Amino acid sequence: MRFDIDRLKEIIDTLARNRSRTLLTGFGIFWGIFMLLLMLGAGDGLKTILNKNFEGFTSNAVIVGAAPTSKPYGGFKRDRQWEMDLSDIEAIKSLVQEADVVTPMYSDWRNEVSFGGRSYSANLKGLDYEYSKVETPEMLYGRWLNEVDCKQERKVCVLGKRVWENIFPDGSDPCGKYLKIKDMQYQIIGVDGRSSNISINGNSNEAVVTPAPLMDKLLQKGGKFEIMCFTVKEGGESKVLQDKVKSILARRHTIDPEDKHAIMVLDTKKLFSIVDNLFKGVNILVLLVGLGTLLAGAIGVSNIMMVTVKERTTEIGIRRAIGATPNMILSQIITESVGLTVISGMFGILVSVGLLGLVGKIVSANPEIGPVSFQIGFWTALGVLSLLAVLGILAGLAPAIRAMNIKPVDAMREE
Amino acid sequence: MLIELKDVNKTYQGAQPLHVLKGINLSIEKGEFVSIMGSSGSGKSTLLNILGILDNYDSGEYRIDGKLIWDLSETKAAEYRNKMIGFIFQSYNLIGFKTAVENVELPLFYQGVSRHKRHEMAMEYLDKLGLAQWAGHYPNEMSGGQKQRVAIARALITKPDIILADEPTGALDSRTSVEIMDLLKELNEKEKMTIIVVTHESGVANYTNKIIHIKDGVIGQIEENSRHDATAFGSENGMLK
Repeated sequence: MRFDIDRLKEIIDTLARNRSRTLLTGFGIFWGIFMLLLMLGAGDGLKTILNKNFEGFTSNAVIVGAAPTSKPYGGFKRDRQWEMDLSDIEAIKSLVQEADVVTPMYSDWRNEVSFGGRSYSANLKGLDYEYSKVETPEMLYGRWLNEVDCKQERKVCVLGKRVWENIFPDGSDPCGKYLKIKDMQYQIIGVDGRSSNISINGNSNEAVVTPAPLMDKLLQKGGKFEIMCFTVKEGGESKVLQDKVKSILARRHTIDPEDKHAIMVLDTKKLFSIVDNLFKGVNILVLLVGLGTLLAGAIGVSNIMMVTVKERTTEIGIRRAIGATPNMILSQIITESVGLTVISGMFGILVSVGLLGLVGKIVSANPEIGPVSFQIGFWTALGVLSLLAVLGILAGLAPAIRAMNIKPVDAMREE
Repeated sequence: MLIELKDVNKTYQGAQPLHVLKGINLSIEKGEFVSIMGSSGSGKSTLLNILGILDNYDSGEYRIDGKLIWDLSETKAAEYRNKMIGFIFQSYNLIGFKTAVENVELPLFYQGVSRHKRHEMAMEYLDKLGLAQWAGHYPNEMSGGQKQRVAIARALITKPDIILADEPTGALDSRTSVEIMDLLKELNEKEKMTIIVVTHESGVANYTNKIIHIKDGVIGQIEENSRHDATAFGSENGMLK
């Protein structure tokens, strides 16, 4: 089956013969592709927006928090508030091989921090330098805490974005300046601009981060804290880690192993998978609806080709009489069908890509959301294109077989 | 012997089987100008279909240039039609959305001849038939005579062994009919084309050199007509219409 300029001309000639009908039939395919791609693109865009809420969090983090017990156990009454301590970290590090980073989170709510006459009520967080593996900072200025800051208990701090915006409204670089927290001066070493909406003991936007050992000492925490963060080692099971950590903590702090409320666990993997599953569902729905519309369009093409073949019985008979083989007729009808489908589909792709680009531009202009791409991928477009070709062949098959069976004698009959 | 039919039978199956051709024996030499004459229902159309490899026969033997035409696949039949036979129909059977030159090119398109080559050849044939300036026109912009001449050009372009004309003047007025018949006669005389005309008009048949009468599915009288004075059906002195 060769394809050349003659074949192309044949297709254009026949399609152009009944313009309005061709246009209406093509519209069915156009609309199917347009809707399919538009919905796929919109789904992807929404997913990106939703995922921005978790920005910076690794997908394999586990956060464990201490909450009041819900069962009496080992001589303790229920509703006991317990706390984790540094020895727990050592124990977990040695016993749970699935754990990679094990790091505490100290927090102190609503502290007045001030600089140059401006103040803001921020949450103090005492973190270890390793915490950056749990939640990746996005530095606007300076750097995040490093190992030396923590080991030497330097009086340094990293500002959350909103804290910085309030205390330095001119947007200037605050690094090297000294922030006053609880009557003490902390040197500012950086600004973390991350805008994730996951909040563990307060949003990181609102936080002032200081080295954990320093905060432990200055606030006289005595090595006690309420939240511990983990990352799961490559190849490790998050679930196994959670179970091991829970049983270790329960044993060390005399908590009923059956107590479901005393140890709170947040598994980011689960969170991500919820979003993933949600959008998997959305995509399936989109594919169902989109492919359904497309199929309806293809059936329309098939129908019209059927009518066309019937109308062209004489013409096809003539072609057969002067030497066209059945295969030539077959391939002619199929290429017409594929031509119609692919050309209409291409318009669908073009228009939906254009529209998605426009939507992306408008949404990205919103500073609250930031840059979001609603565009479909190159491979998706390529996949859709091959799908179109297949649909075109299928739609043309029945009419083509019918055309193939037209006997040349039919051409001799009076019109 | 270019065309040879031996005891060819054809029955149309149906509720009442119709035995249309009852043992046709016929030979036509290369370069002959023959007409097959008969009234409607005589079987002449069926004979034409078989001669043109458009239809199968039930028994007997049909050979073109020694080649047995029997039990051909559709593809093979299409190839033979394309190479060996040029058709001229009563209703021209041009493709309406193609220009004159594109219509003439079509048989070559199915032979896989290159665009340039077949366009050149088509123009040459149109020119021969005096239609060069009509090449770009569509059939509905032309007169009946012009359309038939385009059809003749299309029939000639593959240089076939046989031209089969089915009532070639059936849709034309008498003046144009004379033109077309003169044209066929000239093709026979100058180019030594073998031409078979199927007709029910004695005037048309009178142009040919041999008139084969067919009646009720059998060949009747075969008239030598070199003097062109046959008045077989007694129509007014054999003139067209």
